[in-house]
Amino acid sequence: MRHLLAFFCCLFGLLAPLAQGAESDTTANQPPANIAPLVLDLTQAKLNKLLPILKQLEAVSDESMVPLFHAMMNGDLYFIKANRQLVVATEESGQRLYKGLYSHAMMPSISEDDLKKIRVNNRLRGYLRNAIARVHLTAASPDVREAAVRELLAHLDKDTITTLERLYPNEPNKKVKETMGLALAMNTASQTNLPDSTRIAAIDRLSTSLENDVRNTLTTLTYQDNPAIKSAAQTALKHIAQRVERFNFLNQLFFGLSLGSVLLLASIGLAITFGVMGVINMAHGEMIMLGAYTTYVVQLMMPNYIDYSIWVAIPAAFLVSGSVGVLIERLVIRHLHGRPLETLLATFGISLILQQLVRTIFSPLNRQVSSPSWMSGSWEINPVFSLTLNRLYILAFSLLVFLVLVMVLKKTSLGLNVRAVSQNRNMAKAMGVRTAWVDAMTFGLGSGIAGIAGVALSQLTNVGPNLGQDYIINSFMVVVFGGVGNLLGTLVAAFSLGIATKFLEPITGAVLSAILVLVFIILFIQKRPKGLFPQKGRAAE
Amino acid sequence: MKMKTLVSAIALTGATLIALPSLAADTIKVGVLHSLSGTMAISESTLKDTVLMLIKEQNAKGGLLGKKLVPVVVDPASNWPLFAEKARELISKDHVSVIFGCWTSVSRKSVLPVLEELNGLMFYPVQFEGEESSKNIFYTGAAPNQQAIPAVNYLINDLGVKRFVLAGTDYVYPRTTNKILEAYLKSKGIPAKDIMVNYTPFGQSDWQSIVSQIKQFGSQGVKTAVISTINGDANVPFYKELANQGISSEDIPVVAFSVGEQELSGIDTKPLVGHLAAWNYFESVDTPENEKFIKEWKAYKHDPNAVTNDPMEATYIGFNMWVDAVKKAGTTNVDAVEKAMIGQKFPNLTGGMAVMGKNHYLSKPVLIGEIQDDGQFETVWQTDKTVPGDAWSNYLPSSKNIIADWTSPINCGHYNTVTKQCSGGN
Repeated sequence: MRHLLAFFCCLFGLLAPLAQGAESDTTANQPPANIAPLVLDLTQAKLNKLLPILKQLEAVSDESMVPLFHAMMNGDLYFIKANRQLVVATEESGQRLYKGLYSHAMMPSISEDDLKKIRVNNRLRGYLRNAIARVHLTAASPDVREAAVRELLAHLDKDTITTLERLYPNEPNKKVKETMGLALAMNTASQTNLPDSTRIAAIDRLSTSLENDVRNTLTTLTYQDNPAIKSAAQTALKHIAQRVERFNFLNQLFFGLSLGSVLLLASIGLAITFGVMGVINMAHGEMIMLGAYTTYVVQLMMPNYIDYSIWVAIPAAFLVSGSVGVLIERLVIRHLHGRPLETLLATFGISLILQQLVRTIFSPLNRQVSSPSWMSGSWEINPVFSLTLNRLYILAFSLLVFLVLVMVLKKTSLGLNVRAVSQNRNMAKAMGVRTAWVDAMTFGLGSGIAGIAGVALSQLTNVGPNLGQDYIINSFMVVVFGGVGNLLGTLVAAFSLGIATKFLEPITGAVLSAILVLVFIILFIQKRPKGLFPQKGRAAE
Repeated sequence: MKMKTLVSAIALTGATLIALPSLAADTIKVGVLHSLSGTMAISESTLKDTVLMLIKEQNAKGGLLGKKLVPVVVDPASNWPLFAEKARELISKDHVSVIFGCWTSVSRKSVLPVLEELNGLMFYPVQFEGEESSKNIFYTGAAPNQQAIPAVNYLINDLGVKRFVLAGTDYVYPRTTNKILEAYLKSKGIPAKDIMVNYTPFGQSDWQSIVSQIKQFGSQGVKTAVISTINGDANVPFYKELANQGISSEDIPVVAFSVGEQELSGIDTKPLVGHLAAWNYFESVDTPENEKFIKEWKAYKHDPNAVTNDPMEATYIGFNMWVDAVKKAGTTNVDAVEKAMIGQKFPNLTGGMAVMGKNHYLSKPVLIGEIQDDGQFETVWQTDKTVPGDAWSNYLPSSKNIIADWTSPINCGHYNTVTKQCSGGN
């Protein structure tokens, strides 16, 4: 009997902490008691009934709501079907994991089948964003506070204004205070019961801002009957429009430069194989494609280091495309030397073979290449002028590649040999230059640079078997326009075509602008067959 | 000598063995005319598999009229004239009883004269611009009034949109749809200055200035939406650029008519979340029929990640209606089946009944869904009843008075209700 008792004691002693552990696991993930019924409703209501529940939640609680709202806004909020507890989905090293919303503890035993998602639509997302902003108005970080005020500019209801009026006098940060002042001015300008002079002063204050919501407010003011307010709003809008116009011009210019940089990257390799060596390489586009697929494969091999994969992809793409280029030169082009038509047909055949090869290996569907986090998003200079980061990096990258290439051709012995062979093959041969080797290396260099272009393009466009075809025509256009055999010509041609296209596009539409540019180049080539920068002297023959 | 007889005997048996199935009267041949190579292969090969799966299931149920269904698969290789040749081959050489096929409108237009000449029968399962009705074709995809018009109504009534951007790829489907939409918007009191129309070439990848134009157009103080008939590949860079320029689905929602589950599988859907699409079917719709269909499809493809989409449902309804019509007619004769088809009912995978109309168009429910980060759609709105397909749009002046009715006494695909005249077959 004693033994039995002792056994039971032992058993309980062992079980108690276990049971407690299990209990605390579930209790810890319970919402505070005052909102528990609302949270339960959240898991049961239909999509169109969720908004009132969320509003009640916001009303009864404080910043403790932010994690819930945040997870819901991002579509990461789930509940466990068995006990209706809320969990948040997170991504860790490529794996999907679930965490208790209130316990903050990982729940490794939970899988997708045990869960149901709390659905969200645009209306809810908009509401949640504002609700979070309302809480963030009193956040510690000034940046968060400013973002919150700007978020709320479009939804200035009475409560928000009262809160802002209360916060405004005590706001320590100058920038936040200014944005808050803007919000209050927007409110003052729209109040019809205030005296005109106060409202006009507010409108004057608004005329210095480029915020979209400010312009919206002013536009609605111009529809009002009060003539003084109407004309003040119109003047303010005109003032803003002038500044917006200026920034729009800069925007177009950036778009043009960005398109130019893409054209430059795509055509610079061709400028070497076609321009310097005189080989019409129709498979050039496929070298770009191979570079893009190399980026994809590199990302597959290092899924946890997407941010760094691009630094591996650049040399890898250079090597892959470069060696394919050398192979093509050795196996095909070398035998067709001096026969441009046959070279054209042979390389066209190679391009089809490479495309089909990629279709067979990777399927005809486009592959997804993710952008590293430091390349996503944009650099916002002001509300109407922002530069997208990926395009900014690619612009800088294209110029860098161009500079390196010029240095290679000007300062290295390979460059010297390349120039010698391209200027006078027989003489170079007589001087002891291994022309066959130089040909292969030049072709490899041009193809390798096309591969690097592929890495950059994979960040902008679809990676699929047809990627190369989309760029081959443009590449030839740039090289011919710039002047065959002239790298500087390629640079100038790429940027001028890019800028011209982007300035034409808003006026004529994308289809017509492409046609107009092509027609212009045809006419230009009629007038100056050797392009913008024709080669002079004996090298031209 | 002996050797020779043996050889000829083998040859003879071989020949009869090969000839037997084609001679046998206990099979019904079903033609499948979808591209299996070339640019359209991505979308069309799925439909080929759908038809094959449906045939397999029907045979497991004992076939049709006591006969086995035999598929005849041909590959028109995304080459429009080849569609006509292959259709001719299917009808006159293989003697198929019915064809399931085509995706692009231009391929259908190329097959149409062949079907009418040889009196064939085809089911066309893709959403399209309408403005056609042939005695020999049944259209199980959506007409503009079953996709585009309800989507516009949703934008106006539920989201309060007052300014519209009609963005499309430069070819026949977007141009006709946008023409209808423009006329419809004007009839709803939207002034011309609040409608922006933009066309881009196939495979457009540099969307910077167009998106910035849209952004500017959308920042005039009234709610703006984009109605997108942008096709295929060009969508991904378009949505990416929208996200890059800071336009979220809450600011300017995009409603797409050509983006479905198939297109979303395998791409990064993060920049697309919250944008909309209008279809007659979503994989995410929760009905027992749909669950069964998805399960069967995944089992058939041996792929747990295989997705279903709208044209697949259209194929599914078309196939089952054809089976029922053949049963009703008791024969596979084209004229008899065509008569039996009209008024056929079959349950949609999303609930309700699809009914084949006198104009050869289906009645279907219309659904609007928001794209989710898992590449699926969340239904945010749907019609209460099914919407009958309208062959000739009422919003275009040229087809306002035209109807299609393949029952007597009209029996015409292009009948003018004012002059009471039938002009042409379609």
